[in-house]
Amino acid sequence: MPISVAFPTFIETMTALFQMFIDGRIFRAYGDTLQPLLVGVGISGVFGVIFGVTMGLSRGFQWMGEPIFIVMQAAPMAALIPLVTFVYGIGLAAKVCSVIILAAPIIVLNAYKAVRNANPSLIQMCHSFQGTRLQQIVKVIIPDASPMIFAGLRLGVAAGFIGVILAELLITPTGVGDLITYHRSVAEYADMYAAVFSIMLFAAVTVGLLERAEIAFFRPERKKRKDA
Amino acid sequence: MSTQPAIQPADPTTPSIVEVEGIGMIYPGGTVALEGVDLDFPTGEMTTLLGPSGCGKTTLLKIIAGLLEPTAGQVRINGTPVFGPGPERAFVFQDFALLPWATVLRNVAFGLELQGRDKAEREQIAQASIVKVGLGGFENAYPHELSGGMRQRVGLARALCVDAQVLLMDEPFSAVDEQTRRLFQEELLRLLGNENKTVIFVTHSIEEAVYVSDRIVLLSPRPGRVNRIVTTELERAGRTADEIRRQDAFLDTVEDIWQTLKEYLADERMTE
Repeated sequence: MPISVAFPTFIETMTALFQMFIDGRIFRAYGDTLQPLLVGVGISGVFGVIFGVTMGLSRGFQWMGEPIFIVMQAAPMAALIPLVTFVYGIGLAAKVCSVIILAAPIIVLNAYKAVRNANPSLIQMCHSFQGTRLQQIVKVIIPDASPMIFAGLRLGVAAGFIGVILAELLITPTGVGDLITYHRSVAEYADMYAAVFSIMLFAAVTVGLLERAEIAFFRPERKKRKDA
Repeated sequence: MSTQPAIQPADPTTPSIVEVEGIGMIYPGGTVALEGVDLDFPTGEMTTLLGPSGCGKTTLLKIIAGLLEPTAGQVRINGTPVFGPGPERAFVFQDFALLPWATVLRNVAFGLELQGRDKAEREQIAQASIVKVGLGGFENAYPHELSGGMRQRVGLARALCVDAQVLLMDEPFSAVDEQTRRLFQEELLRLLGNENKTVIFVTHSIEEAVYVSDRIVLLSPRPGRVNRIVTTELERAGRTADEIRRQDAFLDTVEDIWQTLKEYLADERMTE
């Protein structure tokens, strides 16, 4: 027996989720949600890492970028989402923008700090064997910074999920945001919780897969350590 | 080894490979680390820079390596002034400075990788170097799987790989335990015996300095200056490590250096 109509039982929620899979609602919803999410996270990831690494390597870029991104990270950027609609309307662009303003600062700042804190002893070693600046960056600084860059990417992807759901709740209800708002408005709470549960699971799995990818491609020694 | 100067007396074709002239180093903030250091490092000899902490011995070594720029003076290699790292010098780091994400093989070959040698060639050279330092079978291990002593062997193998004439070693054994340290010292001598390299070695251990080197440069602290140069007259040929350590020459030199260092420490206490 549920405590109240607003708190359906676990079984009811799972049944609703199963139903959503059967009738395809969940796939349509994720089809809509993933678009701004992937585009936004993609842009934040690629440009965020590039910009962050550049900031770490160059004092000039640090001077320019650091204040902006620190403010962006500290301020509640969700409050700017209504403003985004004034500029980009209510379409895909606005939602992509919401994802970016939430995801980019943490990706940029992590990449910047990772590069700035790269092991000075390894950099000196590279210098002593006459490595060029480019070799130093590619063969030492970036691999050494990669765990922290990836930590930033994971946090950024998690922030991107917040951004896309906020956009779907605040701008126009589409995708998973629509599932949540619609089922709440018609008091189908089991369906609402099913949608909430699915997005949490999806976000957690995505972030977990990212960690796997990092270890597989960048840190072979950690893979070996895990296997052992 | 100590007989080497006698074999080649004042041979003008083999002068000092490394010459340090009037080196001064003032760190930003005004700390005077070194002042007016003039030194010659004869080809094929093992010279130790010895002194208490804060005497600038590591600073001097890094200046010779080209990793630090001195505020005064000049370093010459084979008579040519140098202003940065070069292929004739290889550095062995105190903290090993190994790439944690690379295997032993790649770490050892890293100097060659930076020179742009192709993979098969550099791995072949690295392999030989790995065997030389006694790490055969560990080619595919990662640094975190090795003990401190083994990690430093990787650092040494990497420096041997690039075939530099001068080996610069910055307290290479300070991060390994005493037993490993002694074994490593013996192996180092055996290894370098076949290599004909000039070695500049930094340590704060008097015994280590006397045991491994032909010449010991004593630096006095704050600001670092050359205080004394001691030539060790040990009979190494055909003797075991323990026999070398029991020679009167060994014990006397250790005692002699200790007396000098004690004076620095006494001076420092008075000025405090």
